[in-house]
Amino acid sequence: MFQQILFFLVAAAAAFFFFGRILRIRKNILLGRAEDRSDQSKMRWRSVLLVAFGQKKMFKKPIPAFLHLLIYVGFLVINIEGIEFFLDGALGKHRTIARFLENWDLTVFYTVTLNIFEFLAVLVILACVFFLVRRNIFKVKRFSGPEMTSWPKLDANLILLFEIILMFAIMTMNAADQILQERNVEGYPDTGLMIFSEVFASPFYRPLNTDILIFVERIAWWLHIIGIFAFAIYVTYSKHLHTFMAFPNTYYANLEPAGKIKNMPEVTREVNMMLGISAQEDPAAGEEISRLGAKDVRDLSWKNLMDAYTCTECGRCTSECPANQTGKKLSPRKIMMDTRDRIEEVGRLVAKNGNQADDGKSLLEDYIAKEEIFACTSCNACVEACPVMIDPLSIILQMRRYLSMEESSAPAEWNSMFSNIETSFSPWKFPPSERFNWAKELKDEA
Amino acid sequence: MENKHSYTIPTMAELAREGKAPEVLLWIGCAGSYDERYKKVTGAFVKILNIANVDFAVLGEEETCTGDPARRAGNEFLFQMQAAANIRVLNAYSIKKIVTACPHCYNTIKNEYPDLGGNYEVVHHSEFLNQLIKDGRLIMDDDHDLKNSKVTYHDSCYLGRANQVYEAPRRLIETLRADLVEMNRNRQNGLCCGAGGAQMFKEPEKGNKDINIERTEEALETGAGIIASACPFCMTMLSDGIKNKEREDDVKVLDIAELIANSKSL
Repeated sequence: MFQQILFFLVAAAAAFFFFGRILRIRKNILLGRAEDRSDQSKMRWRSVLLVAFGQKKMFKKPIPAFLHLLIYVGFLVINIEGIEFFLDGALGKHRTIARFLENWDLTVFYTVTLNIFEFLAVLVILACVFFLVRRNIFKVKRFSGPEMTSWPKLDANLILLFEIILMFAIMTMNAADQILQERNVEGYPDTGLMIFSEVFASPFYRPLNTDILIFVERIAWWLHIIGIFAFAIYVTYSKHLHTFMAFPNTYYANLEPAGKIKNMPEVTREVNMMLGISAQEDPAAGEEISRLGAKDVRDLSWKNLMDAYTCTECGRCTSECPANQTGKKLSPRKIMMDTRDRIEEVGRLVAKNGNQADDGKSLLEDYIAKEEIFACTSCNACVEACPVMIDPLSIILQMRRYLSMEESSAPAEWNSMFSNIETSFSPWKFPPSERFNWAKELKDEA
Repeated sequence: MENKHSYTIPTMAELAREGKAPEVLLWIGCAGSYDERYKKVTGAFVKILNIANVDFAVLGEEETCTGDPARRAGNEFLFQMQAAANIRVLNAYSIKKIVTACPHCYNTIKNEYPDLGGNYEVVHHSEFLNQLIKDGRLIMDDDHDLKNSKVTYHDSCYLGRANQVYEAPRRLIETLRADLVEMNRNRQNGLCCGAGGAQMFKEPEKGNKDINIERTEEALETGAGIIASACPFCMTMLSDGIKNKEREDDVKVLDIAELIANSKSL
């Protein structure tokens, strides 16, 4: 009874914090500008299936892809066991489903399922250990960089440790449970042989007396269930949020050709007016033009902000970036991490002081320097590299628009290029009357 | 070989006066019009169009910058002014199909003009050349110097990742029966030459190396004597890289249209 009450309290508190965070993140994402991504639902589901579920883009690097897949499958499958954890916690029973199946003589299903869970748990532990070693001992280059400060590095290790602890809790619980079954202790229904915990964990627990084993089993159960709750809440603050966000993010990903830059209809209206092209019946005509381009996170589209919450900081983008590879300050990963940090900050500010709140800071300048924005070649290598279809380039280009049009602070050479186009209709300063000279030269040559 | 051809380069204005419309408009681009090196590529492509009897025309002095570098540098107003002016001209001539040797013009006209009222079928010259060969309009010579020579191909970002055109230029190199050797980073993983996103028009930001040097080194590692490209900016960047490495004598940077023109001694 006491355990049941405790379970309800813990579950309620966890749900409160978890859903609070989810709502906050949703609200933060919606602080971004509108953008329509509701078309082509078939294509969108396709990319969810291939890229999020199927992890298609991960397989460019087969070894990490395989290990990541193990953890992912483990995460999905072992969480089915969570159903029984919940039932047990809520009903104050032990192994509710095993009991139920025992009544129908179907224990074998339970045994097989639990052995699959245990097998995956072992694989998850191995994969996590490998990832820890790779991150901390082999020091893969893309895991470092100026933006990989102490928190992102700790975050990455904490997640791996967390997963290892959760898996150990399952193994410990099952091992203790089996020994208690052997000893015919009351309240431990037949589960059948759970091979992996029997082989790897039971030898450590068999010498313990029954009372201690009951205690160990309970501790492991609580550790696992509290672990699941704590992990769910922690994830909302962590790069590990990609486990959820990968799905909506691939659904709403850009389906246009990568080379196409999003049009600015507000500029089209202005240009048409200047050229005397009659503005067609446009419902948005005469609407106040807000800031051109992006200076802060609220100038970006909601999809840019969703991208930021989806980023796992894996660094594939940065390691493919030609500017970053040649020592420039630009790192697409940093663009995404800064965007997330800033939208979290703005979200807190808005929650405290309302929608109009302003802290005098902005994404550009306070987080991202012009030098980073100006180093981009718009080559789309970062976009191509991202396993969850994040588009750092979109943010960079919107900031360039702000710098060029609102601040007029583009590099001097770009300003010359602009004036060449304005006066000579070419980015180079050649007289327009010489544009067709090549043809004359070609005919002369012949 | 003595060149017996005389080449025709009709303009849209001339054809319109005669009440004619060409099969395809050849969009030259600013580099193809003004850049000394890229004018040679324009020439090579025009020669090929002539011998394949393609009914084409150019805009001549009526062509202006598509606005690509302005948009990528953040000047949306200037881009849209350019786009509006070009679309006005193209629509006035009822242009349906455009071919260009510049991936930046290609990308802009193909992907960005439709939002502003310019809808055309746009093909890159690498795709167009493949089509001419496939249709039997362009017959490749059997005997030429390029046969079995080592050629590496550098992917232009605006052709490759931006528009998924990876194979058309490679097929041309294979058609020439040259020995195509790939760089480590190719196709989807190709490394930019460093000129995209309006970088062509400014000095690079502070770093420890120029991107074009990094890419040139990778191209040189293949041991190829010819670096094939399909973009005016890539050509400039790689040529500068070769100059920097003092390899101008044994390594040439050539456009795919030039490879074909050379193989036919045009």
